[in-house]
Amino acid sequence: MPAILEEKTMKTRIMLATATAALALAANAAMAQELRFTCYSDGNECEVYDDIISRFEAENAGVDVKVDVVPYQAILDNLPVQLAAGKGPDLAKVTDLGGLNKYYLDLSPYVDRAYWETSFGDTLNWYRAGADDKGIYGLHTQLTITGPYVNATLFEQAGVEMPGAGATWDDWAKAAREVVEKTDADFPMAIDRSGHRVAGPAISYGAKLFDAEGNGVLDDEGFRAFAKQFVEWNNDGTMLKDVWVGQGGTSHGDAAQEFINGELVFYYSGSWNVGRMDKQVGDFFDWRAVGSPCGPAGACSGMPGGAGIVAFKDTQHPELVAKLIDFLAQEDVYAEAAARTRNLPAHLAVAKKGVKYENSSEAAQNALTAFAADLPNVSPIAFRYQGYPGNRAMFGITVERLSQAVAGELTVDEAMDRMASDLKAAQAETK
Amino acid sequence: MLSVISPIMRIIEIPMLALQRMLGINRLAWVFLAPNLILFGLFAFLPVILNLVYAMTGGENILLANRPGVGMQNFSNLLDCGDYFDSHSCRDDKFWRAIWNTVWFVTLQVGFMVGLSLLTALILNRKIRARGFFRSVFFFPVLLSPVVVALIWKWILQRDGVLNAFLDWTGVGGVNWLVDAQWAFAWSVFISVWAHMGFYTLILLAGLQAIPRDVYEAAIMDQASPWRTFRRITLPLLSPTMLVVLVLALIKGVQTFDEVFAFTGGGPGTATTFIIQYIYQEGFAGAPRLYGVAAAASLLVALVLVALTLVQLWVNRRNANG
Repeated sequence: MPAILEEKTMKTRIMLATATAALALAANAAMAQELRFTCYSDGNECEVYDDIISRFEAENAGVDVKVDVVPYQAILDNLPVQLAAGKGPDLAKVTDLGGLNKYYLDLSPYVDRAYWETSFGDTLNWYRAGADDKGIYGLHTQLTITGPYVNATLFEQAGVEMPGAGATWDDWAKAAREVVEKTDADFPMAIDRSGHRVAGPAISYGAKLFDAEGNGVLDDEGFRAFAKQFVEWNNDGTMLKDVWVGQGGTSHGDAAQEFINGELVFYYSGSWNVGRMDKQVGDFFDWRAVGSPCGPAGACSGMPGGAGIVAFKDTQHPELVAKLIDFLAQEDVYAEAAARTRNLPAHLAVAKKGVKYENSSEAAQNALTAFAADLPNVSPIAFRYQGYPGNRAMFGITVERLSQAVAGELTVDEAMDRMASDLKAAQAETK
Repeated sequence: MLSVISPIMRIIEIPMLALQRMLGINRLAWVFLAPNLILFGLFAFLPVILNLVYAMTGGENILLANRPGVGMQNFSNLLDCGDYFDSHSCRDDKFWRAIWNTVWFVTLQVGFMVGLSLLTALILNRKIRARGFFRSVFFFPVLLSPVVVALIWKWILQRDGVLNAFLDWTGVGGVNWLVDAQWAFAWSVFISVWAHMGFYTLILLAGLQAIPRDVYEAAIMDQASPWRTFRRITLPLLSPTMLVVLVLALIKGVQTFDEVFAFTGGGPGTATTFIIQYIYQEGFAGAPRLYGVAAAASLLVALVLVALTLVQLWVNRRNANG
C-alpha cells in the first residue's frame, strides 16, 4: 500500500474510533443516573445500606448511588436548609419524620400501596402531613423506643435488689441512689438531653401534650409534675446534672460514655444504643435494658421513634429513587438490614417472624427483645406525639426551657410559662 | 522593558480614548470603578438589603417569595420589654439574656484584654532574656483555630478534666467548672483573652517601639520615676494605638461565637449564650427556623457594630491628622 494511502486509512480509522468512543460516552452519560443519599449512622447503618445498595446498583445498570455519610447534627441543622433552598439530595435518612413532609416525594405512584400499608402500618402516618394525607413517603428503617439501660453488676455489688416490672420512677431513683452509696459508681441516673427522651417519662407523669383541638401543648399539669421532679433530681444529685446544663441551646447531650465507663447506674436513652453498648461495654460489666418506669399517672411509657429513608420531590429521578426505596422495603432485604444494623424492625412481617441479630452478644439480643417487649406499653399519646408535625419545635422548647430550670435561671413555673408562650409563637409562625 | 510595555499600552489606549470621547472623562471613572462596585454590591450591599427584607417577613420558608410580610413585627417583638435590665420582663427573654451576657462579656473581656496586652507588651519591650521566645509564646494561641482552643480548654476544665485531676491530687478537690453558670462565664472570658491577647500585644508592642527613645532619655536625665515616665510619656504617646486596640477588641468581642459555642454550647442554661449564638439558634438550629427574627436581631447587632466602626474610623482619622 502506498504511504499516502496508508496514512489516509489510518486517519479514517482514528476518526471512526474517536466517533465511536464519543458516541459510547454520550450514550453512557445519558444512561448513567446518579442518586445522592445523605445518611447518618447510630451504629453501622450507612455502611450496611451502602453494601445492600451495591446489589441494587448491580441489578440496575448505569445507576450509581452515592452514600454521603454525615453527622447526625447535619441531618438536623443542614439538611432542612438544603431542602428549603432546593439543593437537597435525592434521598436521606431523617428523624424529623413529619416535619419535613413538605419536601417529600410521594412514592405511592411507583410502589405497591397494598404491600407498603400491610407491611408498615401506622409508621406510614408518621411521615404524613395530617389525617387527610394518604401519601407514602418514608421507609421506617429504624424503629426505636426509649428506655433505660441498667448496670446490673453495680446492683449486684451493692446488694440492692433491682426494681422489677411495674416499678415506678421513684423506685428506680431510690434504688439507684442506694447503689451509688454502696459502690464506686458516681451517678445514680441520667436522661439524654432531648425533648424526645423526656416525653415518655412526662407522659407517665400525666402529660397530655395535646389540647382538645389536637394542637400541641406543653404546660399541662402532668408535664409540670414531671418537670418539678426532674429539676429536683438534678439538684439533689440523683440525676447527672452535666447532661442538661453542660451545654446550651437545643443541642443534644447524652450520658452514654458515663454509663459505658461504669460510673452511671441507670441511663435513660433508647434502643438505638444497643449496638454501642454491646461493642463498648463488652464484658466490662453486665448491662440490661429494662422497660420504661411507671409514673404517678399510671402509664409506663417510653417514646417510639426512629429514623427512616425518604426521597425528596426535587429529585431528577423520582421513579428510580422510589424503586431504590421499594427495593430496601422488600421483606428479605429489610430483614437483612435489621439484623445487620441491630435495629427493631418496623416491617410487621419481619417483626412477627423475629430477627436474629448478627454479631450481637446475648446481652444485646436480650436488650433488643426487652425493648421490643416494651412497645405495647407505649401510650397512644406517645405514638401521636411522634407523628405530630410540630413535635420538633416542642422537643426544642422543652430542652431549652427545662435546661434553664435545671440551671436555676428560671423556676419550674417560669419555665413552664415560657414553654407555653414559645410554643404559641412557634405555632403562629408555622400556620 | 519599556519597549515591550509601550506597544501594549498603545493598544489599550485606542479603545480607552474612544470610550473617553464617548462618555466624557468624568463618566469614565465609573467604568474603572465598575468591577469593584459590582463585587461590593453583590457580596456586601445586596446581602444587607436582603437581610433587611427578611427581617420584615415571617414564617419558616427560606425563599422570600413564600414569606409573608410582617412589617416591623420582628423588631417590636425583640424590643418588647417591661424593663430592659430584667430579661424576665421581656417578650423574647432569650434575646435580652444574650444581649446582657454579651455586654458583660465584652466589658470584662476587653478590659482584661487591653490591660493584660499592655502589661505583656511593656514586659516584652524590655531587654529581657529570651525575649523572642516569649513574644512567640504569647502570639502562639492566636494561630490556633477557635474550635481547637475551645476543645483544649474543655478537656482541661470538664468534670474529669486535667485541672480537676490536679486539684484532686493536691487535695483541694475539683469543681464542676462548666456546670456552674458563674464559673462557665468566667472561663469563657479567660479563654477568649488567652486566645486573642497575643494579637493585641503585638500591636501595642509596635506602638511602644514607635515612641522615640530620646523622650525616655530626657526623662532619665530629669530623674523621672519609672511610674511617672509610664504615666506621662508612655501612656499619652501610646494612647492612639490603645484606642485602635480598644475599638478592635470591642468589635471582635461583640462578634464572639465559635470559641464559646464549641466550649460551652452557650450553657449552662443561657449563661454563656451571646448575641451571635442567639441569631444562629433562631435562624439555623431551632425549630421552626425563624429567619425573620434572626435577621432582625442581626440588624440590631449590625447597628452597634457600625457605631463601633465609626468610632474606629474617627480615631484613625484623628491619629492620621496628628
